[in-house]
Amino acid sequence: MAKKVALMQGNEACAQGALYAGCNFFAGYPITPSTEVAEVLSIELPKIGGTFIQMEDEIGATAALIGAALTGAKALDSTSGPGMSLKQELLGYACIAEVPCVIVNVQRGGPSTGMPTGPSQSDMQQAMWGTHGDHAAIVLTPASCQEIYEETVRAFNLAEKYRMPVQIQLDEICAHMRERVVFAEPGELEVINREVPTATPEEYKPYDSSKGLVPPLASFGSGYRFHVTGLNKAADGFPTTKAELVDAEERRQIDKVLLNQDDIQKNDEYLLDDAEVVIFAYGSTSRSARYAVNELRKEGVKAGLFRPLTMWPFPEKRVAELAAQAKAIICPEMNLGQMVREVERVAKGNCAVSHIGRVDGEPINPGQIIDKVKEV
Amino acid sequence: MAYDYEKSLRPGKLPHIWCPGCGHGIVMKGLIRAMDTCELDLKQTAIVSGIGCASRLPGYIDSCTLHTAHGRAAAFATGVKMAKPEMTVLVVSGDGDCTAIGGNHFIHACRRNIDMTYLIMNNNIYGMTGGQFSPCTPTGALASTTVYGNPDPTFDIAKLAIGAGATFVARGTAFHAAQIDKLIAEGIKHKGMAVIEILDDCPTTYGRRNKFRSVIDMMKRLKDIAVPVAAAAKMTPEQLEGKVLTGVLHKEDRPEYTEQYAKVIQRAQGL
Ligand SMILES: Cc1ncc(C[n+]2csc(CCOP(=O)(O)OP(=O)(O)O)c2C)c(N)n1
Repeated sequence: MAKKVALMQGNEACAQGALYAGCNFFAGYPITPSTEVAEVLSIELPKIGGTFIQMEDEIGATAALIGAALTGAKALDSTSGPGMSLKQELLGYACIAEVPCVIVNVQRGGPSTGMPTGPSQSDMQQAMWGTHGDHAAIVLTPASCQEIYEETVRAFNLAEKYRMPVQIQLDEICAHMRERVVFAEPGELEVINREVPTATPEEYKPYDSSKGLVPPLASFGSGYRFHVTGLNKAADGFPTTKAELVDAEERRQIDKVLLNQDDIQKNDEYLLDDAEVVIFAYGSTSRSARYAVNELRKEGVKAGLFRPLTMWPFPEKRVAELAAQAKAIICPEMNLGQMVREVERVAKGNCAVSHIGRVDGEPINPGQIIDKVKEV
Repeated sequence: MAYDYEKSLRPGKLPHIWCPGCGHGIVMKGLIRAMDTCELDLKQTAIVSGIGCASRLPGYIDSCTLHTAHGRAAAFATGVKMAKPEMTVLVVSGDGDCTAIGGNHFIHACRRNIDMTYLIMNNNIYGMTGGQFSPCTPTGALASTTVYGNPDPTFDIAKLAIGAGATFVARGTAFHAAQIDKLIAEGIKHKGMAVIEILDDCPTTYGRRNKFRSVIDMMKRLKDIAVPVAAAAKMTPEQLEGKVLTGVLHKEDRPEYTEQYAKVIQRAQGL
């Protein structure tokens, strides 16, 4: 039987990917350019008995998301710029309380309301450092509608597997362009469900890490009674200020990501084997970069593309290798220097690193990248 | 025979953090009695709170408890209730938590008329952060950030809840301890958003600063200002000056939110 194929926007592909992953709860607040994610799910979720709720604001949406996730739901929230800023405190709550959920941020210019309809990639550092306190983050950056569909499934999988919030960072071009998307058949893509406890309700401790870095999470209403808080807590979930317990919990929550990077990391490499100039690009900018690489190769320039799909944790190992191999790394992005900081940090001066930044609401075009490559 | 509160409390989690003379403990006992009256299954009950002294209450009760972020309890609770409508959802909040930072979520939970019981311990002050004024601090009163007297008008939480659409609104006081459980139990049984405000006291950060010489003085204030709704009906406006009505203040039938959403699901599925 032929697979289901459709022409759709990136935002719509995101909603469809969420449904494939088993998403059964959406809470959000409308904001351009993310709103189609909500609109599609307001139609589709009730059809499968799921829940869509438009909350009174973004903070309320993230709160509802976490509340629903604690009852066992696979929960999604989508937003953009100012909305993402509002969500930051509760993103931190989901980190410390270890609640699986997925948040899509379709980046728009800023700070503040910025440019609602223009593309931007200027929340890249916010995605890692936005909420207060030490924490780990998983942030995915797909670049085509098909990839948005598949990476949304992966975002849910990572959220459930590592029991934490996962962010998907799109830009307006990826969110609104229309492309052919091939729907996956049931079973074709991996769908990971949350590990449920085997401990009896009497023994269950929601943060008991004795058997691994990611303790199983029981659902409210499933027979387990437990306490969830945003305060530093001990294995039983109750607040503690005991130095050694606080320290161990904080480190575990970061280690569960850092020690599993091989599983979490994903990137796309194009013509890198002999590349002397590496273009580090993500989102819609990576599409201009691919075009530029093809043009440069025609002219005999050894250019290649490194395209991270997992932006955080930052792909340090691979970027360090590339810095040792190449003469230069060029980082085009629709901001004034957010990910190039990381590239520079990791390159440690082993190769030249340069940046192309654009914040005028226009995409970075291949010509700009080609010019820069010729310059260095 | 002494009432058995312990069966609902978490072993090893007492003593609580509240100061001597704080009314929050009286309210917690009332809540436990109400939960008993309603025969709630603690495994199927979620108690959600924000931040503040009042919001520490859920930690002591042996059910599914969720201590969230300042002011956001109603929104977390909405997520729980929407995802698992079969659960009983209770929210515990302070006056600051509910009406200042949480005002938006509170009024929208009232508007939706979602089935939850929202308990507010109104001690007229921000207790946990050390006595700054709240939207419920009386005008003119002293707080650590209104040492010249509070210039702000105050919220009437019950009127706010009724105006926003809550379908059950009641008020009691920590002095009238025997009534608390009855009001809460009625709220739990009510289908829809039930708001129960309990006038409470904070001797540590409000009382001392506002010349209440003892906890007894504070309790006496609650006794003096409270007028049951039935009695108030026979009183003149002059007699009611400075008084606060207690009892069930508002009750109506209006479609409940999770039931409305169940209809959305039916329509979407063409049932
Ligand atoms: C976002 C945020 N802002 C401020 C605080 C600080 N804070 C903690 S408790 C509190 C006031 C609580 O007062 P109330 O809700 O009246 O409860 P009470 O402590 O009096 O019982 C404040 C302002 C916080 N925790 N989070």
